[in-house]
Amino acid sequence: MRNKLTPYLFVSPAMLLLVTFGIFPILVAAVISTTNMNISAFANWGNVKFIGIDNYTKLFADPDFWQSIGNTGLFALFGVPAIVVLSLGVALLLNHSQNGFFRALRAFYFIPAITAIVAISLVWGYLYNTQFGLLNYLLSLGGLPPVQWLSDPTLAKFSVALVAVWRGTGLNIIIFLAALQGVPKEYLEAASLDGAGEWKKTFSIVIPLMRFAIFFVSVTTTISWLQFFDEPFVLTDGGPLGATTSASIFLYKEGFRLNQFGYASAGSIVLFAIIAIITLIQLRLRRADDEY
Amino acid sequence: MSTRNGSRGLTLGIGIALGVGALITAFPFIWMIATAFKPQRESVTYPPTIVPQEPTLQWFQTLFTELDFGRYLLNTVIVVLIGFVGLLLMAMAGYAFAKFDFRGRKWMFFLVLATMMIPIQVTMIPTYLILNGMKLTNTLVGIALPTLVSGFSIFLFRQFMTTIPTEMLEAARLDGAGEFRTFWQIVLPMSKPILAVQVVLTFISGWNSFLWPLIIASDQKLYTLSVGLALLNQQLAVNPSLQMAAASVMVVPILIVFIVFQRYVIQGFALSGLK
Repeated sequence: MRNKLTPYLFVSPAMLLLVTFGIFPILVAAVISTTNMNISAFANWGNVKFIGIDNYTKLFADPDFWQSIGNTGLFALFGVPAIVVLSLGVALLLNHSQNGFFRALRAFYFIPAITAIVAISLVWGYLYNTQFGLLNYLLSLGGLPPVQWLSDPTLAKFSVALVAVWRGTGLNIIIFLAALQGVPKEYLEAASLDGAGEWKKTFSIVIPLMRFAIFFVSVTTTISWLQFFDEPFVLTDGGPLGATTSASIFLYKEGFRLNQFGYASAGSIVLFAIIAIITLIQLRLRRADDEY
Repeated sequence: MSTRNGSRGLTLGIGIALGVGALITAFPFIWMIATAFKPQRESVTYPPTIVPQEPTLQWFQTLFTELDFGRYLLNTVIVVLIGFVGLLLMAMAGYAFAKFDFRGRKWMFFLVLATMMIPIQVTMIPTYLILNGMKLTNTLVGIALPTLVSGFSIFLFRQFMTTIPTEMLEAARLDGAGEFRTFWQIVLPMSKPILAVQVVLTFISGWNSFLWPLIIASDQKLYTLSVGLALLNQQLAVNPSLQMAAASVMVVPILIVFIVFQRYVIQGFALSGLK
């Protein structure tokens, strides 16, 4: 005699939390984005007024918002290919041999992915330091002048993105290595018998078989660049002159520093729409690819 | 014969390239640990020294005596432990999705998958307001709650648990075991591979969590290690040694956990059908 309620008992605690903190907030954000809500709401909820789409019109006229969107696009444009190619390359090389040395090396590549961003920012901030940082010392060994890693607007973009790439490859290498375990050995042996070299085997057999993993990593990496937050937040706080202010940093500042909850919510809805559209386009492209 | 030599040479070449890459990747951490043992004077000298000339433990003492890192450490451990409760709830949900047929299963699972696409920036302000409404701001539970369950983990549990043979569950039920006992004594032990991955991932994300402690904890007594560390960033651009010692306290436990369990993590991703 099985109780019909059983599955609901198992599902409900997790679903309740997921709905409360995953789904419900979107509706709340959508509602808040049509109000003038700010810190004064905590004193008296009567201060909150419905203002329609005013937040959105203000947002689209805000040059800071457009700068942050432009920065985010630039980061994604260079960051996504960098992370995908680098992690795929390293995973293929790590998979070349199963001996102890190769296995031991794996851990080194994973370390950046699992360490706390705050610790990472301190370490890189120290490396990037203009007075006593190691990187400028290394440049001076090569006879080059010191560089303003984090205070030159153009270079700061690069420095912040470099840390993100360094940190972003680890998890993707794990995913690619897991996918490589699924490539049947027989295919590779058959190809070797036919006289195919390493290069040819990699590009004609292994990479095509990993299409799904590559697709998955591309999508998740794109989403994470569009949400880019941690590195600029801790290294530059979005500066200098907003050069590293991503869309997420912009929203955080409007929301939690300036307490413009309504305005920031409007921005977050726009960001959500952008991410959803880009993800849908990628999924559509994937489907077209399958039909082919 | 010549091809065998060729392939051995290739392996050697790749090995060397990977070794150099690994050193470059890990270098910031080597630098961090080395600096943690340097006197302040030495950490700001130019040219920098790689190996500490006069190693000292004073910064680790400073962290736990003058600064409140003992308390931050305890708070972090509590947040991680609360995370394990979430892990159990997600395993239960994954089990129900995998092994029961019930009304609403399809759309509930769709909701689970949909939450994976929602960026934290959208939910940040509403979640803060919700927690504030529940009077949970400035509590450790409030810090852990927003990330307690994730769609991705429920998905991984479900994927794995569909492979558990239904006959085993039926046999346990025939023996008179209740549903929760069946889950506890049959399902969980059989899910060890995926549990191992999830335990590691939960530990890492709880230990490292930064955004929610930053937003939710306004009382210094509730700071976690990451927030305490971020404070050091602001006040002490002058003492890299102390900063690096604090960063080491945060990073080294994670490294140990990960290196011990790393093969389960790769295995777990392979099992979840990501190929």
